[in-house]
Amino acid sequence: MDKPDLILIETICFHYKIEISFIKDLENIGLIKLVTFENNKFIHQDKISDLEKMIRLHHELNVNIEGIDVVFNLLQQQLKLKEEVNALKNKLQFYKNN
Amino acid sequence: MKFVDYYKILGIDKTANDKDIKKAYRKLARKYHPDLNPDNKEAEKKFKEINEANEVLSNPENRKKYDTYGKDWKHSDAFEKAKQQQQSQQRSRSYSATGGSYSEQDFSDFFESMFGGSRSYSKQRSRQFKGQDFNAELHLNLKDVYQSHKQVLTVNGTKIRLTIPAGIADGQIIKIKGKGGKGVNGGPNGDLYIKFNIKNTTKFKRDGNNLYTSVALDLYTALLGGEITVDTFKGKVKLKIAPETTQGTKVKLKGKGFPVYKKEGVFGDLIITYTIKMPTKLSKNEIELFKELQKIRSNG
Repeated sequence: MDKPDLILIETICFHYKIEISFIKDLENIGLIKLVTFENNKFIHQDKISDLEKMIRLHHELNVNIEGIDVVFNLLQQQLKLKEEVNALKNKLQFYKNN
Repeated sequence: MKFVDYYKILGIDKTANDKDIKKAYRKLARKYHPDLNPDNKEAEKKFKEINEANEVLSNPENRKKYDTYGKDWKHSDAFEKAKQQQQSQQRSRSYSATGGSYSEQDFSDFFESMFGGSRSYSKQRSRQFKGQDFNAELHLNLKDVYQSHKQVLTVNGTKIRLTIPAGIADGQIIKIKGKGGKGVNGGPNGDLYIKFNIKNTTKFKRDGNNLYTSVALDLYTALLGGEITVDTFKGKVKLKIAPETTQGTKVKLKGKGFPVYKKEGVFGDLIITYTIKMPTKLSKNEIELFKELQKIRSNG
């Protein structure tokens, strides 16, 4: 079966020089979702950018798995707030123009 | 080129040991890392500075060189020594076309002049860095974003085909992965962030996915009711006006607003506010009739 959107985690580990246990820990804490097919584990290619970010946080900043979870939650909140601020700015502009 | 104090950047004393440098670098990196400060140019600049400071101070040889010549580089003797030393190390690049005059140069030039080019220095280390993120602004009209469309952008000489989804908001930023600066040492490319500035020259006001407009009714249609034709963003529609419609009455035309971002076929609403246009320059006959109406109203 062809799986063009999925990447084998062993390939990821080889490419980024990381331990397979790191990927499994990320999966256990719910930070990434792995797909199992014929006893092999894969990650969806859309999630690679997030995974790269997690690897950088871990390697460059020594952030542990729980820390990465906290960081991602806060970044999501930040993004949500930014969108809210943007929507409010547009609303304000709407009333200013009226 | 101005002198850059790497110790000051890391907030450490000149007597700091390797452990202090590492600690200070890690602390600042955690604060200014681009992954923790998305879309923050100031943090990105600061992160580059602290990385540069760390590259120099964490390497004993470079730190020694920096300590010896860095402080007095502006004063010719010491600087000439540094220059000669670098020349003897067969640097491939000359300082500048003006014969070594060090005027208005930036941070990286300082680094390169002291340590022989950041690129060649980086090669000695295997660490990979993500390329620089690029930021661009795209100015569009509201009409342009009513429907999804393709556009070709040229960013730093590279043509990028972009599909702009209908309903994108003013000020919204989208990320295009890997279209930023090239990664260092095989690191991933940076990303391209495009901010949309949407100008509205239509008679419709936009708030989220809803559109707002006002329509003037003549007195008789407002009083007696009738049918009118109004403009929507998509075209004209016929509307029934209820008798005795008052000034400021609002009607909502469901699904006649702006497209919802990334939800094909889903639209916001169009909200119309009625204003009543009073007749002017009344004829004698009209005045008489209005007086008649007034009498009926006051007696009734």
